[in-house]
Amino acid sequence: MQPDLTEKILELIRRTATNLPADVEQRLRASLENEAPGSAARGALETVLKNVELARAESTPICQDTGTPIFYVHYPEGWSTRKLKEQIRAALAEATQRSYMRPNAVDAVYDKNSGNNLGGEDFPSVHFDEVEGETLTIELMLKGGGCENVGAQYSLPDSRLGAGRDLAGVRKVVLDAVQRAQGQGCAPGILGVAIGGDRGSSYYGSKEVLFDKLGTRNADPQLAALEERLTSEANTLGIGPMGFGGNTTVIDTKIKGMHRLPASFFVSVSYMCWAYRRRKMTVSGETVTYD
Amino acid sequence: MKEINLPINDETIRSLQVGEPVLLTGVMLTGRDAAHKWMIDTFIRKTRAPQGDDLQTYEELKKLLNGALIYHCGPVVSGLDTKAYKFVAAGPTTSIREEPYQAEVMKHFNLKGVIGKGGMGPKTLQGCQETPAVYFHAIGGAASYIAQSVKKVLGVYKLEFGVPEALWVIDVKDFPVVVTMDSHGNSQHKAINENSQTVLNDLLAQPY
Repeated sequence: MQPDLTEKILELIRRTATNLPADVEQRLRASLENEAPGSAARGALETVLKNVELARAESTPICQDTGTPIFYVHYPEGWSTRKLKEQIRAALAEATQRSYMRPNAVDAVYDKNSGNNLGGEDFPSVHFDEVEGETLTIELMLKGGGCENVGAQYSLPDSRLGAGRDLAGVRKVVLDAVQRAQGQGCAPGILGVAIGGDRGSSYYGSKEVLFDKLGTRNADPQLAALEERLTSEANTLGIGPMGFGGNTTVIDTKIKGMHRLPASFFVSVSYMCWAYRRRKMTVSGETVTYD
Repeated sequence: MKEINLPINDETIRSLQVGEPVLLTGVMLTGRDAAHKWMIDTFIRKTRAPQGDDLQTYEELKKLLNGALIYHCGPVVSGLDTKAYKFVAAGPTTSIREEPYQAEVMKHFNLKGVIGKGGMGPKTLQGCQETPAVYFHAIGGAASYIAQSVKKVLGVYKLEFGVPEALWVIDVKDFPVVVTMDSHGNSQHKAINENSQTVLNDLLAQPY
Protein backbone atom coordinates (compact mmCIF):
# COMPACT_ATOMS: atom_id res chain seq x y z
CA MET A 1 0.00 0.00 0.00
CA GLN A 2 1.34 3.43 -0.84
CA PRO A 3 1.99 5.83 2.05
CA ASP A 4 0.05 9.05 2.67
CA LEU A 5 2.49 11.79 1.63
CA THR A 6 0.35 14.83 2.50
CA GLU A 7 2.62 16.02 5.35
CA LYS A 8 5.74 15.45 3.25
CA ILE A 9 4.30 17.39 0.33
CA LEU A 10 3.34 20.21 2.71
CA GLU A 11 7.02 20.39 3.69
CA LEU A 12 7.99 20.45 -0.02
CA ILE A 13 5.67 23.43 -0.52
CA ARG A 14 7.00 25.23 2.55
CA ARG A 15 10.59 24.79 1.40
CA THR A 16 9.81 25.87 -2.14
CA ALA A 17 7.93 29.02 -1.12
CA THR A 18 10.32 30.16 1.60
CA ASN A 19 13.80 28.87 0.79
CA LEU A 20 15.44 29.92 -2.47
CA PRO A 21 17.61 27.14 -3.99
CA ALA A 22 21.34 27.50 -3.33
CA ASP A 23 22.34 27.66 -7.01
CA VAL A 24 20.04 30.66 -7.57
CA GLU A 25 21.17 32.50 -4.46
CA GLN A 26 24.80 31.92 -5.42
CA ARG A 27 24.24 33.44 -8.87
CA LEU A 28 22.49 36.47 -7.41
CA ARG A 29 25.33 36.97 -4.93
CA ALA A 30 27.92 36.68 -7.70
CA SER A 31 25.99 39.28 -9.72
CA LEU A 32 26.63 41.92 -7.06
CA GLU A 33 30.17 42.26 -8.37
CA ASN A 34 28.87 43.23 -11.80
CA GLU A 35 27.00 46.26 -10.51
CA ALA A 36 28.62 49.51 -9.39
CA PRO A 37 28.72 50.16 -5.63
CA GLY A 38 25.99 52.61 -4.67
CA SER A 39 24.00 52.04 -7.89
CA ALA A 40 20.25 51.35 -7.81
CA ALA A 41 20.96 48.00 -9.48
CA ARG A 42 23.34 46.97 -6.72
CA GLY A 43 20.90 48.21 -4.07
CA ALA A 44 18.12 46.12 -5.61
CA LEU A 45 20.28 42.97 -5.54
CA GLU A 46 21.31 43.65 -1.94
CA THR A 47 17.66 43.99 -0.90
CA VAL A 48 16.80 40.81 -2.78
CA LEU A 49 19.52 38.90 -0.91
CA LYS A 50 18.45 40.27 2.48
CA ASN A 51 14.93 39.18 1.65
CA VAL A 52 16.09 35.68 0.72
CA GLU A 53 17.84 35.30 4.08
CA LEU A 54 14.89 36.68 6.01
CA ALA A 55 12.34 34.45 4.27
CA ARG A 56 14.47 31.38 5.01
CA ALA A 57 14.96 32.33 8.68
CA GLU A 58 11.30 33.20 9.29
CA SER A 59 9.72 30.54 7.04
CA THR A 60 7.76 33.25 5.23
CA PRO A 61 7.19 33.46 1.46
CA ILE A 62 10.13 34.85 -0.54
CA CYS A 63 7.61 36.61 -2.76
CA GLN A 64 3.98 37.39 -1.91
CA ASP A 65 3.02 36.07 -5.32
CA THR A 66 3.45 32.40 -4.53
CA GLY A 67 2.62 31.75 -8.13
CA THR A 68 1.08 28.94 -10.07
CA PRO A 69 2.02 25.72 -8.29
CA ILE A 70 3.36 23.40 -10.99
CA PHE A 71 3.94 19.81 -9.86
CA TYR A 72 5.69 17.10 -11.86
CA VAL A 73 5.29 13.66 -10.29
CA HIS A 74 7.54 10.83 -11.50
CA TYR A 75 6.03 7.67 -9.99
CA PRO A 76 6.96 4.00 -10.09
CA GLU A 77 4.57 1.42 -11.48
CA GLY A 78 1.66 0.62 -9.18
CA TRP A 79 1.17 3.97 -7.49
CA SER A 80 -2.28 5.54 -7.57
CA THR A 81 -2.05 8.92 -9.28
CA ARG A 82 -5.57 9.70 -8.06
CA LYS A 83 -4.45 9.40 -4.43
CA LEU A 84 -1.26 11.37 -5.08
CA LYS A 85 -3.29 14.16 -6.60
CA GLU A 86 -5.66 14.22 -3.61
CA GLN A 87 -2.66 14.44 -1.28
CA ILE A 88 -1.08 17.26 -3.29
CA ARG A 89 -4.34 19.21 -3.15
CA ALA A 90 -4.78 18.64 0.59
CA ALA A 91 -1.18 19.75 1.24
CA LEU A 92 -1.67 22.88 -0.86
CA ALA A 93 -4.84 23.90 1.01
CA GLU A 94 -3.02 23.41 4.33
CA ALA A 95 0.01 25.39 3.09
CA THR A 96 -2.37 28.25 2.23
CA GLN A 97 -3.96 28.07 5.69
CA ARG A 98 -0.46 28.34 7.20
CA SER A 99 0.42 31.40 5.04
CA TYR A 100 3.21 29.65 3.13
CA MET A 101 1.07 30.27 0.08
CA ARG A 102 -1.19 33.14 -0.92
CA PRO A 103 -4.69 32.14 -2.06
CA ASN A 104 -4.03 32.43 -5.78
CA ALA A 105 -6.75 30.52 -7.65
CA VAL A 106 -9.24 32.98 -9.15
CA ASP A 107 -12.22 31.80 -11.20
CA ALA A 108 -11.67 33.73 -14.42
CA VAL A 109 -15.35 33.82 -15.35
CA TYR A 110 -16.91 34.70 -11.99
CA ASP A 111 -13.87 36.58 -10.61
CA LYS A 112 -13.96 34.64 -7.37
CA ASN A 113 -10.87 33.63 -5.39
CA SER A 114 -11.35 30.09 -4.05
CA GLY A 115 -9.38 31.05 -0.93
CA ASN A 116 -7.40 27.80 -0.69
CA ASN A 117 -5.40 27.60 -3.94
CA LEU A 118 -7.65 24.89 -5.33
CA GLY A 119 -9.46 25.54 -8.58
CA GLY A 120 -11.02 22.94 -10.81
CA GLU A 121 -8.90 20.13 -12.21
CA ASP A 122 -6.55 22.77 -13.65
CA PHE A 123 -5.32 24.40 -10.43
CA PRO A 124 -2.78 23.41 -9.19
CA SER A 125 -1.10 22.15 -12.33
CA VAL A 126 -0.12 18.48 -11.77
CA HIS A 127 1.69 16.34 -14.33
CA PHE A 128 2.25 12.59 -13.91
CA ASP A 129 4.90 10.50 -15.57
CA GLU A 130 5.48 6.79 -14.82
CA VAL A 131 9.13 5.87 -14.38
CA GLU A 132 11.16 2.68 -14.00
CA GLY A 133 12.45 1.64 -10.59
CA GLU A 134 11.09 2.08 -7.07
CA THR A 135 11.79 5.78 -6.42
CA LEU A 136 9.09 8.44 -6.51
CA THR A 137 10.07 12.06 -7.07
CA ILE A 138 7.88 15.15 -6.89
CA GLU A 139 9.16 18.39 -8.37
CA LEU A 140 7.48 21.68 -7.61
CA MET A 141 7.92 25.04 -9.28
CA LEU A 142 6.19 28.22 -8.09
CA LYS A 143 6.04 30.71 -10.91
CA GLY A 144 4.72 34.19 -10.18
CA GLY A 145 2.28 36.07 -12.39
CA GLY A 146 4.51 39.07 -13.08
CA CYS A 147 7.10 36.98 -14.88
CA GLU A 148 4.47 34.71 -16.44
CA ASN A 149 2.87 37.77 -18.03
CA VAL A 150 6.08 38.71 -19.85
CA GLY A 151 6.52 35.24 -21.36
CA ALA A 152 6.12 35.22 -25.12
CA GLN A 153 5.50 32.90 -28.02
CA TYR A 154 6.69 33.66 -31.54
CA SER A 155 5.62 32.04 -34.77
CA LEU A 156 8.52 32.01 -37.22
CA PRO A 157 9.16 33.53 -39.68
CA ASP A 158 8.65 36.88 -37.94
CA SER A 159 8.97 39.68 -40.46
CA ARG A 160 9.03 42.50 -37.86
CA LEU A 161 12.26 41.08 -36.41
CA GLY A 162 13.59 39.54 -39.62
CA ALA A 163 13.61 36.17 -37.85
CA GLY A 164 13.62 33.07 -40.08
CA ARG A 165 13.17 29.41 -39.26
CA ASP A 166 16.62 28.70 -37.91
CA LEU A 167 18.70 29.29 -34.78
CA ALA A 168 19.56 32.78 -36.00
CA GLY A 169 15.83 33.52 -35.96
CA VAL A 170 15.46 31.94 -32.52
CA ARG A 171 18.18 34.22 -31.19
CA LYS A 172 16.41 37.31 -32.51
CA VAL A 173 13.02 36.56 -31.00
CA VAL A 174 14.42 35.60 -27.60
CA LEU A 175 16.37 38.86 -27.37
CA ASP A 176 13.22 40.72 -28.41
CA ALA A 177 11.28 39.00 -25.60
CA VAL A 178 13.89 40.12 -23.04
CA GLN A 179 13.81 43.70 -24.31
CA ARG A 180 10.02 43.82 -24.19
CA ALA A 181 9.97 42.37 -20.68
CA GLN A 182 12.11 45.25 -19.36
CA GLY A 183 12.05 44.97 -15.54
CA GLN A 184 8.41 43.83 -15.42
CA GLY A 185 9.25 40.17 -14.86
CA CYS A 186 11.42 40.96 -11.81
CA ALA A 187 14.82 40.93 -13.46
CA PRO A 188 17.37 39.45 -13.27
CA GLY A 189 15.50 36.63 -14.94
CA ILE A 190 16.18 33.10 -16.12
CA LEU A 191 15.02 32.18 -19.62
CA GLY A 192 13.37 28.88 -20.49
CA VAL A 193 13.18 28.54 -24.27
CA ALA A 194 11.44 25.84 -26.29
CA ILE A 195 12.04 25.55 -30.01
CA GLY A 196 9.24 23.67 -31.79
CA GLY A 197 6.17 21.87 -30.48
CA ASP A 198 2.58 23.06 -30.83
CA ARG A 199 1.47 26.17 -28.97
CA GLY A 200 0.65 24.17 -25.84
CA SER A 201 3.53 21.68 -25.72
CA SER A 202 5.97 24.45 -26.62
CA TYR A 203 5.04 26.50 -23.56
CA TYR A 204 5.21 23.39 -21.35
CA GLY A 205 8.64 22.62 -22.77
CA SER A 206 9.85 26.13 -21.97
CA LYS A 207 8.87 25.61 -18.32
CA GLU A 208 10.08 22.03 -17.91
CA VAL A 209 13.59 23.04 -18.90
CA LEU A 210 13.62 25.41 -15.91
CA PHE A 211 13.70 22.48 -13.47
CA ASP A 212 17.38 21.91 -14.33
CA LYS A 213 20.16 23.41 -12.23
CA LEU A 214 21.63 26.73 -13.28
CA GLY A 215 24.73 26.40 -15.41
CA THR A 216 23.91 22.96 -16.83
CA ARG A 217 24.18 23.27 -20.60
CA ASN A 218 22.22 21.57 -23.34
CA ALA A 219 23.93 18.37 -24.57
CA ASP A 220 23.73 19.68 -28.13
CA PRO A 221 26.80 21.92 -28.60
CA GLN A 222 25.05 24.40 -30.89
CA LEU A 223 22.20 24.86 -28.39
CA ALA A 224 24.67 25.08 -25.51
CA ALA A 225 26.49 27.84 -27.38
CA LEU A 226 23.23 29.66 -28.07
CA GLU A 227 22.27 29.44 -24.37
CA GLU A 228 25.49 31.16 -23.39
CA ARG A 229 25.31 33.69 -26.17
CA LEU A 230 21.75 34.70 -25.30
CA THR A 231 22.62 35.25 -21.63
CA SER A 232 25.62 37.39 -22.46
CA GLU A 233 23.87 39.39 -25.20
CA ALA A 234 20.79 39.98 -23.01
CA ASN A 235 23.10 41.49 -20.43
CA THR A 236 24.23 44.16 -22.89
CA LEU A 237 20.66 45.55 -23.10
CA GLY A 238 21.22 47.64 -19.97
CA ILE A 239 17.89 46.74 -18.34
CA GLY A 240 19.41 45.47 -15.10
CA PRO A 241 17.91 44.32 -11.80
CA MET A 242 14.27 45.53 -11.50
CA GLY A 243 14.78 47.44 -14.75
CA PHE A 244 16.86 50.02 -12.85
CA GLY A 245 19.62 49.82 -15.47
CA GLY A 246 22.78 47.75 -15.06
CA ASN A 247 24.58 44.67 -16.28
CA THR A 248 22.53 41.89 -14.71
CA THR A 249 19.39 41.33 -16.76
CA VAL A 250 19.48 37.55 -17.29
CA ILE A 251 21.41 35.08 -15.13
CA ASP A 252 20.97 31.97 -17.27
CA THR A 253 19.25 30.61 -20.38
CA LYS A 254 18.01 27.08 -20.97
CA ILE A 255 16.88 25.76 -24.31
CA LYS A 256 14.85 22.70 -25.19
CA GLY A 257 14.70 21.46 -28.77
CA MET A 258 11.38 19.82 -29.73
CA HIS A 259 9.61 18.51 -32.79
CA ARG A 260 7.24 20.63 -34.82
CA LEU A 261 4.79 20.29 -37.66
CA PRO A 262 6.12 21.19 -41.10
CA ALA A 263 3.75 24.19 -41.10
CA SER A 264 4.62 25.51 -37.62
CA PHE A 265 7.77 26.89 -36.03
CA PHE A 266 7.05 28.15 -32.53
CA VAL A 267 9.60 29.61 -30.17
CA SER A 268 8.29 29.91 -26.61
CA VAL A 269 10.01 31.92 -23.93
CA SER A 270 9.15 31.42 -20.28
CA TYR A 271 10.66 34.20 -18.24
CA MET A 272 11.41 33.17 -14.66
CA CYS A 273 11.87 35.94 -12.10
CA TRP A 274 14.88 36.06 -9.78
CA ALA A 275 12.66 34.37 -7.15
CA TYR A 276 13.22 31.11 -9.01
CA ARG A 277 11.43 28.74 -6.67
CA ARG A 278 11.81 25.08 -7.50
CA ARG A 279 12.41 22.10 -5.23
CA LYS A 280 12.33 18.34 -5.43
CA MET A 281 11.42 15.59 -2.96
CA THR A 282 12.46 11.98 -3.36
CA VAL A 283 10.63 9.06 -1.76
CA SER A 284 12.61 5.86 -1.58
CA GLY A 285 11.01 3.21 0.65
CA GLU A 286 10.46 4.86 4.04
CA THR A 287 12.94 7.64 3.37
CA VAL A 288 11.92 11.09 2.13
CA THR A 289 14.64 13.55 1.16
CA TYR A 290 14.50 17.10 -0.18
CA ASP A 291 16.92 19.03 -2.34
CA MET B 1 18.16 59.13 2.59
CA LYS B 2 15.07 61.31 2.27
CA GLU B 3 12.30 60.42 4.71
CA ILE B 4 8.70 61.30 3.89
CA ASN B 5 5.65 61.14 6.12
CA LEU B 6 2.18 60.53 4.74
CA PRO B 7 0.00 62.36 3.81
CA ILE B 8 2.29 64.25 1.41
CA ASN B 9 1.86 67.85 0.21
CA ASP B 10 2.37 69.06 -3.36
CA GLU B 11 5.55 70.93 -2.52
CA THR B 12 7.24 67.73 -1.33
CA ILE B 13 6.07 65.87 -4.43
CA ARG B 14 7.45 68.58 -6.71
CA SER B 15 10.81 68.34 -4.93
CA LEU B 16 11.24 64.66 -5.79
CA GLN B 17 13.40 63.68 -8.76
CA VAL B 18 13.90 60.44 -10.66
CA GLY B 19 16.55 58.24 -9.03
CA GLU B 20 15.97 59.48 -5.49
CA PRO B 21 15.71 56.79 -2.77
CA VAL B 22 13.03 57.51 -0.15
CA LEU B 23 11.78 55.99 3.11
CA LEU B 24 7.99 56.29 3.51
CA THR B 25 6.15 56.38 6.83
CA GLY B 26 2.41 56.62 7.48
CA VAL B 27 -0.94 55.25 6.35
CA MET B 28 -1.49 53.95 2.81
CA LEU B 29 -3.80 51.53 1.02
CA THR B 30 -3.08 48.53 -1.13
CA GLY B 31 -5.02 48.39 -4.38
CA ARG B 32 -4.46 46.54 -7.61
CA ASP B 33 -6.39 45.22 -10.61
CA ALA B 34 -9.87 44.61 -9.14
CA ALA B 35 -9.74 47.75 -7.00
CA HIS B 36 -8.76 50.05 -9.87
CA LYS B 37 -11.38 48.65 -12.21
CA TRP B 38 -14.03 48.92 -9.48
CA MET B 39 -13.12 52.55 -8.65
CA ILE B 40 -13.13 53.56 -12.30
CA ASP B 41 -16.37 51.76 -13.22
CA THR B 42 -18.33 52.71 -10.11
CA PHE B 43 -17.19 56.20 -9.10
CA ILE B 44 -15.20 57.81 -11.90
CA ARG B 45 -16.61 56.78 -15.28
CA LYS B 46 -19.81 55.51 -13.62
CA THR B 47 -20.50 52.71 -16.06
CA ARG B 48 -21.62 50.45 -13.21
CA ALA B 49 -24.21 51.24 -10.52
CA PRO B 50 -22.94 51.21 -6.92
CA GLN B 51 -23.88 48.03 -5.07
CA GLY B 52 -23.86 46.85 -1.46
CA ASP B 53 -21.56 48.99 0.67
CA ASP B 54 -19.94 50.72 -2.35
CA LEU B 55 -21.11 54.26 -1.54
CA GLN B 56 -20.17 54.11 2.12
CA THR B 57 -16.76 52.66 1.20
CA TYR B 58 -16.32 55.46 -1.34
CA GLU B 59 -16.84 58.14 1.30
CA GLU B 60 -14.22 56.54 3.53
CA LEU B 61 -11.77 56.03 0.67
CA LYS B 62 -12.00 59.71 -0.32
CA LYS B 63 -10.70 60.66 3.12
CA LEU B 64 -8.06 57.94 3.30
CA LEU B 65 -6.66 58.51 -0.19
CA ASN B 66 -6.48 62.32 -0.10
CA GLY B 67 -2.76 63.15 -0.12
CA ALA B 68 -1.90 59.48 0.37
CA LEU B 69 -0.58 56.61 -1.76
CA ILE B 70 -1.88 53.39 -3.29
CA TYR B 71 0.47 50.44 -3.07
CA HIS B 72 0.15 47.94 -5.94
CA CYS B 73 0.38 44.83 -3.78
CA GLY B 74 -1.44 41.57 -3.21
CA PRO B 75 -0.16 40.52 0.20
CA VAL B 76 -0.01 37.22 2.04
CA VAL B 77 -2.03 37.92 5.20
CA SER B 78 -2.25 35.78 8.33
CA GLY B 79 -5.01 35.95 10.95
CA LEU B 80 -7.86 35.77 8.44
CA ASP B 81 -9.97 33.58 10.75
CA THR B 82 -9.60 35.82 13.82
CA LYS B 83 -9.34 39.16 11.96
CA ALA B 84 -6.02 39.73 13.77
CA TYR B 85 -4.55 40.57 10.36
CA LYS B 86 -0.81 40.60 9.84
CA PHE B 87 1.16 41.08 6.59
CA VAL B 88 3.45 38.07 6.16
CA ALA B 89 4.73 38.86 2.66
CA ALA B 90 4.02 42.06 0.79
CA GLY B 91 6.16 42.95 -2.21
CA PRO B 92 4.90 45.05 -5.12
CA THR B 93 2.99 43.69 -8.09
CA THR B 94 3.54 44.79 -11.73
CA SER B 95 2.05 48.26 -12.10
CA ILE B 96 1.62 48.54 -15.86
CA ARG B 97 -1.71 46.71 -15.70
CA GLU B 98 -3.20 49.80 -14.04
CA GLU B 99 -2.03 52.06 -16.88
CA PRO B 100 -5.55 52.45 -18.33
CA TYR B 101 -6.88 53.63 -14.93
CA GLN B 102 -4.11 55.16 -12.84
CA ALA B 103 -4.06 58.78 -13.97
CA GLU B 104 -7.83 59.14 -13.50
CA VAL B 105 -7.69 57.51 -10.06
CA MET B 106 -4.82 59.82 -9.03
CA LYS B 107 -6.70 62.95 -10.03
CA HIS B 108 -10.07 61.85 -8.68
CA PHE B 109 -8.79 61.04 -5.19
CA ASN B 110 -5.89 63.54 -5.09
CA LEU B 111 -3.43 60.69 -4.69
CA LYS B 112 0.17 61.83 -4.33
CA GLY B 113 1.51 58.73 -5.96
CA VAL B 114 1.59 54.99 -6.29
CA ILE B 115 4.08 52.34 -5.27
CA GLY B 116 4.67 49.35 -7.46
CA LYS B 117 7.20 47.70 -9.71
CA GLY B 118 8.15 47.83 -13.37
CA GLY B 119 7.03 51.42 -13.89
CA MET B 120 4.10 52.81 -15.86
CA GLY B 121 3.41 54.44 -19.21
CA PRO B 122 2.76 57.86 -20.77
CA LYS B 123 -0.79 58.31 -19.44
CA THR B 124 0.35 57.88 -15.85
CA LEU B 125 3.43 60.05 -16.43
CA GLN B 126 1.15 62.84 -17.59
CA GLY B 127 -1.13 62.21 -14.61
CA CYS B 128 1.93 62.60 -12.35
CA GLN B 129 2.59 66.04 -13.84
CA GLU B 130 -1.00 67.22 -13.58
CA THR B 131 -2.02 65.88 -10.15
CA PRO B 132 0.95 66.21 -9.09
CA ALA B 133 2.13 62.78 -8.05
CA VAL B 134 5.09 60.43 -8.39
CA TYR B 135 5.75 56.76 -9.04
CA PHE B 136 7.70 55.01 -6.30
CA HIS B 137 9.42 51.75 -7.23
CA ALA B 138 9.71 49.06 -4.55
CA ILE B 139 11.91 45.98 -4.92
CA GLY B 140 9.93 43.24 -6.67
CA GLY B 141 9.87 39.94 -4.85
CA ALA B 142 11.34 41.35 -1.64
CA ALA B 143 8.15 40.37 0.11
CA SER B 144 9.31 39.21 3.54
CA TYR B 145 11.65 42.20 3.78
CA ILE B 146 8.99 44.77 2.89
CA ALA B 147 6.41 43.10 5.18
CA GLN B 148 8.66 44.13 8.06
CA SER B 149 7.94 47.78 7.21
CA VAL B 150 4.23 47.16 7.67
CA LYS B 151 3.73 47.83 11.37
CA LYS B 152 -0.01 47.42 11.53
CA VAL B 153 -3.02 46.48 9.45
CA LEU B 154 -5.66 49.10 10.28
CA GLY B 155 -8.51 47.63 8.26
CA VAL B 156 -9.66 46.18 4.97
CA TYR B 157 -12.22 47.08 2.31
CA LYS B 158 -13.68 44.82 -0.34
CA LEU B 159 -12.32 41.60 1.08
CA GLU B 160 -14.82 39.89 -1.23
CA PHE B 161 -12.35 40.67 -4.06
CA GLY B 162 -10.11 38.05 -2.40
CA VAL B 163 -7.08 38.56 -0.13
CA PRO B 164 -4.66 39.71 -2.89
CA GLU B 165 -7.17 42.12 -4.49
CA ALA B 166 -8.73 43.68 -1.38
CA LEU B 167 -7.91 47.25 -0.29
CA TRP B 168 -5.86 46.88 2.88
CA VAL B 169 -5.28 49.95 5.05
CA ILE B 170 -1.77 49.71 6.44
CA ASP B 171 0.50 51.72 8.69
CA VAL B 172 4.09 51.54 7.44
CA LYS B 173 7.41 52.73 8.80
CA ASP B 174 10.52 53.36 6.69
CA PHE B 175 9.18 51.59 3.61
CA PRO B 176 12.13 51.69 1.14
CA VAL B 177 11.38 52.91 -2.41
CA VAL B 178 13.03 54.73 -5.30
CA VAL B 179 11.39 57.51 -7.36
CA THR B 180 11.42 56.27 -10.97
CA MET B 181 8.79 58.64 -12.43
CA ASP B 182 8.58 62.20 -11.12
CA SER B 183 6.08 65.06 -11.44
CA HIS B 184 8.25 66.87 -14.01
CA GLY B 185 7.74 64.42 -16.87
CA ASN B 186 10.83 62.30 -16.26
CA SER B 187 10.65 58.51 -16.35
CA GLN B 188 13.58 56.21 -15.76
CA HIS B 189 11.57 53.41 -17.38
CA LYS B 190 11.10 55.34 -20.61
CA ALA B 191 14.83 56.10 -20.78
CA ILE B 192 15.93 52.51 -20.16
CA ASN B 193 13.36 51.14 -22.59
CA GLU B 194 14.59 53.45 -25.36
CA ASN B 195 18.27 52.69 -24.71
CA SER B 196 17.68 48.94 -24.67
CA GLN B 197 15.74 49.21 -27.95
CA THR B 198 18.77 50.84 -29.57
CA VAL B 199 21.06 48.06 -28.31
CA LEU B 200 18.56 45.43 -29.49
CA ASN B 201 18.45 46.93 -32.98
CA ASP B 202 22.24 46.63 -33.16
CA LEU B 203 22.13 43.03 -31.96
CA LEU B 204 19.45 42.12 -34.51
CA ALA B 205 21.60 43.55 -37.29
CA GLN B 206 24.55 41.32 -36.37
CA PRO B 207 25.12 38.08 -38.31
CA TYR B 208 24.60 34.78 -36.47
